Amino acid sequence: MTLDRAISGLFLLLCLIYGYTAFVTMEANLLPFELNMTFLPNTMPKWLSVLGVIIGLVVVVQTGPKAQAEIDEGEIDYRNLRQYKLAQAIFLLGLMIAYALLLRPIGFIAATTLFLAGGGMILGERNYKLLLPIAIFTAFLIWYLVQELLGIFLRPWPWFI
Amino acid sequence: MLEGILQGLEAAISLQNLIMVVAGCLLGTFIGMLPGLGPMSIIAIMIPVAIKIGDPSAALILLAGVYYGAIFGGSTSSILINAPGIAGTVATAFDGYPMARKGLAGKALTIAAIASFTGGTVGAILLMGFAPALATVALLFHSAEYFALMIVGLSAIAAFAGTGNVAKALMMTVLGLVLATLGESAQFNAPRFTMGIQDLQSGISFITLAMALFALPEALYLVLDPKRSNTGGAGGEIKDLRITKTEAKLIAPVIGRQSIQGFLIGVMPGAGATIASFLGYAVERNIAKGDEQAEFGKGSVKGLAAPETANNAACTGSFVPLLTLGIPGSGTTAILLGALIALNVTPGPRMMVDNPTIFWAVIISMYVGNVVLLILNLPLIPYIAKLLLVPRNYLIPFILFFTMMGSYIGQNNATELLMLTSMGVAATIMRFAGFPLAPMLIGFILGQMLEDNFARAMNLTDGVSFMWERPMTTALLVLAIVLIFLPSIREQLAKLRCKGVADGD
Repeated sequence: MTLDRAISGLFLLLCLIYGYTAFVTMEANLLPFELNMTFLPNTMPKWLSVLGVIIGLVVVVQTGPKAQAEIDEGEIDYRNLRQYKLAQAIFLLGLMIAYALLLRPIGFIAATTLFLAGGGMILGERNYKLLLPIAIFTAFLIWYLVQELLGIFLRPWPWFI
Repeated sequence: MLEGILQGLEAAISLQNLIMVVAGCLLGTFIGMLPGLGPMSIIAIMIPVAIKIGDPSAALILLAGVYYGAIFGGSTSSILINAPGIAGTVATAFDGYPMARKGLAGKALTIAAIASFTGGTVGAILLMGFAPALATVALLFHSAEYFALMIVGLSAIAAFAGTGNVAKALMMTVLGLVLATLGESAQFNAPRFTMGIQDLQSGISFITLAMALFALPEALYLVLDPKRSNTGGAGGEIKDLRITKTEAKLIAPVIGRQSIQGFLIGVMPGAGATIASFLGYAVERNIAKGDEQAEFGKGSVKGLAAPETANNAACTGSFVPLLTLGIPGSGTTAILLGALIALNVTPGPRMMVDNPTIFWAVIISMYVGNVVLLILNLPLIPYIAKLLLVPRNYLIPFILFFTMMGSYIGQNNATELLMLTSMGVAATIMRFAGFPLAPMLIGFILGQMLEDNFARAMNLTDGVSFMWERPMTTALLVLAIVLIFLPSIREQLAKLRCKGVADGD
């Protein structure tokens, strides 16, 4: 099964669930006075789910089982991901998730420094004498710009300070 | 109208706004030059800053400056390293890069700057004429026509912006519309489709979605394929920025033609800078004669001037539907629309009447922006080009970090970052499979407005009869259907014609 067929299949499934919610669940939860109204919270979702199912079916049929046309220059051949730096991409995504989870507990400065330095290291940077100062400097600079100039609160230090 | 222009002029040349234009153009040029970061990503990253500024005209001027700067910066990386940051400057690389390889990089950049300047300025003049005229007509529209117009816009975007596959583009549009129904809407005070998750109560943040659809996949592409950020050694020396009189004579008519053609293409929803630049290049190559035509693709000055003029004129043209109808014609203007709504300005035909200062200040600032680009960037080109030497190991973590900051500081919610990462991964996978992402964002942004107008029209006519009772609505809806089926009809016709030829042979 090609990737685009899988994606359109998932889309079709999503539309069916969405449609079920719109036609059945939301319909059952309507308030008595709403029954006389022309436009309801589920009116638009109903139309969308029908439209989505039709288009999803068209795409599923159209893409067919045959292989996708050749990849344009500059695009990535997903069937051959091993030739790319897949590990680096996955580690960086992991680092982003870690950043999201650590941002509040350990504070902006520490989290950002770790993210920037860690990101550089994942990509193969080994010149720590340059990488660390740049990461720390950027963390402080951005914190200053965001909190002091833009006035958006960012907790700079860990929870215990 | 004159009063409005004067008001706008006053606002645009205030010190604060001039600083905004200069800052926007410079920043846009710098970031736009980095391979893989197009105007859409940059504007998405800049939105929290713009919202924080608070003053809508200043914020919009900043964003418009960033937009121009980014397009210009994109041309710079196209010419110097054959790495177009965005689709709109791909055609620039056809002749710009060969020129640079001949050692004429400085000259190529000058031609690009002059062509962009003229295209942008002529575009702004045409915009001054077009926008008020269209806004006057648009005032006759009711909610039913608006609903139909949005459908036309969405189908036009699906028909033209998709990578040749209308069904896929339509699917992404519907996905965008579906995502827009998440959370609480203005019409009803009950959350929809939140599955009881509190973080979804206010819906998906538009900035997070924009980042996830554009900035993050670009960054991941850079990680996966190091060749994309291969900046080579071309960032070094750039000399001889001057062009000769003969060259000026050669490119003058090209720039004139392409300014107008590019603008008109830009006005159409879904077409935008990419189509304008390719079409401009193709038209100029077809009307060039003999030797000149053979020169195209090998470093022709005409071949460089044509797409450069056309893409800038088209960028200006794409502001027409945004400012007058409130319908974005491209991904970039869709992001600008989101920013405007966040700043409590509703673009549409009333904008010229309700907020003349903002409306005209933006248009006037386009002139200022073009001048700034010309006089500020031309001498800076050799220095700007040094930025291309920033190593990938530093560049990518910074891009990722700014992407996350953009979505975090808008909401101050760390869950937003998890949503960003997961939607970004999904968007990257969809991009692998050739699903266009811009229609999804446009669908998401127009979704709310579409539903509001749909509701109003349905309430007025007590049903969906407005679709066939109002002639203009019917005409627009028919147009939308034609637009969707046009590509496949043309394909069928082409097939039939091919068959005929084969039979004849």
